[in-house]
Amino acid sequence: MYTQSMDTEGPEKARPVSTLEEAELQQRFDARIDGGDFIEAKDWMPENYRKTLLRQISQHAHSEIVGMLPEGNWIGRAPTLKRKAILLAKVQDEGGHGLYLYAAAETLGTSRDQMVDALHSGRAKYSSIFNYPTLSWADIGTIGWLVDGAAIMNQVPICRCSYAPYARAMIRICREESFHQRQGFDSLLVMMRDGTDAQRAMVQDAVNRWWWPCLMMFGPPDDQSPNSAQGMRWGIKRVSNDTLRQKFVDATVDQAKVLGVTLPDPDLRWNEATQHWDFGAIDWDEFWQVVKGDGPLNRERLAARVQAWDDGAWVREAALAHAAKQQVKKEAA
Amino acid sequence: MNTPNTEWPLWEVFVRSRAGLDHKHCGSLHAADPQMAIQMARDVYTRRQEGASVWVVRSDQIVANDPGDKDMYFDPAEDKVYRHPTFFKLPSEVDQM
Repeated sequence: MYTQSMDTEGPEKARPVSTLEEAELQQRFDARIDGGDFIEAKDWMPENYRKTLLRQISQHAHSEIVGMLPEGNWIGRAPTLKRKAILLAKVQDEGGHGLYLYAAAETLGTSRDQMVDALHSGRAKYSSIFNYPTLSWADIGTIGWLVDGAAIMNQVPICRCSYAPYARAMIRICREESFHQRQGFDSLLVMMRDGTDAQRAMVQDAVNRWWWPCLMMFGPPDDQSPNSAQGMRWGIKRVSNDTLRQKFVDATVDQAKVLGVTLPDPDLRWNEATQHWDFGAIDWDEFWQVVKGDGPLNRERLAARVQAWDDGAWVREAALAHAAKQQVKKEAA
Repeated sequence: MNTPNTEWPLWEVFVRSRAGLDHKHCGSLHAADPQMAIQMARDVYTRRQEGASVWVVRSDQIVANDPGDKDMYFDPAEDKVYRHPTFFKLPSEVDQM
């Protein structure tokens, strides 16, 4: 997901508690988590809780920001003014979501510049899904329908995350994300119902390419997700990868029927016994390849971010210089 | 790469959702000066008409109690139940008071 960090990076090692006071604080912290309490920024928290959250929230923020690139690619080529306005609003939302999340991560005691540096130097990751290309206009609708659909599935439970600043940011994000999914479906529906054969084929092609990477967004299978237990214990992760993935498949099959597209999985069939849709094997080699930096567009995405940051350096400096000058003027007056 | 001291300062954002309601804290953002902070607060936190008024204040200007002392700090109010109207049992004829 946007938050694959728990699975794609090693666990934060728990440091043994060293003092009596610390043991007491730890006990009180555990009790609050067990009682369903929220933890606020200035509250005491174990170091590895802080680090795990920081990694997850900053990765989530990076994903929103990098996620602007594949869609931004189509703003200038949107087929109508209406679709262009919608896409602009959506990409602006992604930027906003990144900012809510960076702000939440900063409450854990790291600076924005440190996080940006971690991303640009390759130490921090972002969601694997944004390393795939947007080749046609139908990719934009498909991202809204499937990628944002998968994101919503993953993000709704994080609204109940034990770390309150993160939970609050997620509530805002989820409120806005529904528009993203619906506009995507609507855009595809127009092409499937009123479009030409070529347009329908374009939609099917986009779905074929995005379906499997979307299933990978939920992260590795539960039995290969060793950090999940700790995440659950801390109330950071609420629902397991496989459960969320299944929920997504179950919800999407019916939507695909309404749309009139086929999901590219010959093994997809209803299972009467489990009351779920069974689906085929996911290519986890591809997932790990993308996570490790060798997806179709990893290098281009990062290079685009670094260039945007470097190109904006003079603006950041000028704004600070202007602010300092205004301050001097105000003090002199 | 910028060094941390060239980072724009942090601001806390408070939004009044409509006339008659309180301003409510809704998040924070970085901005170089007050004008930029107000404008960015609008763009980041009120894209869907969530606000009728926005305040921003430099985060380093906020004074807060120490959360570690929370219990001690708020305890004194706990045993003053008579501050609540329900503490007083009145005859039913006048209980709507």
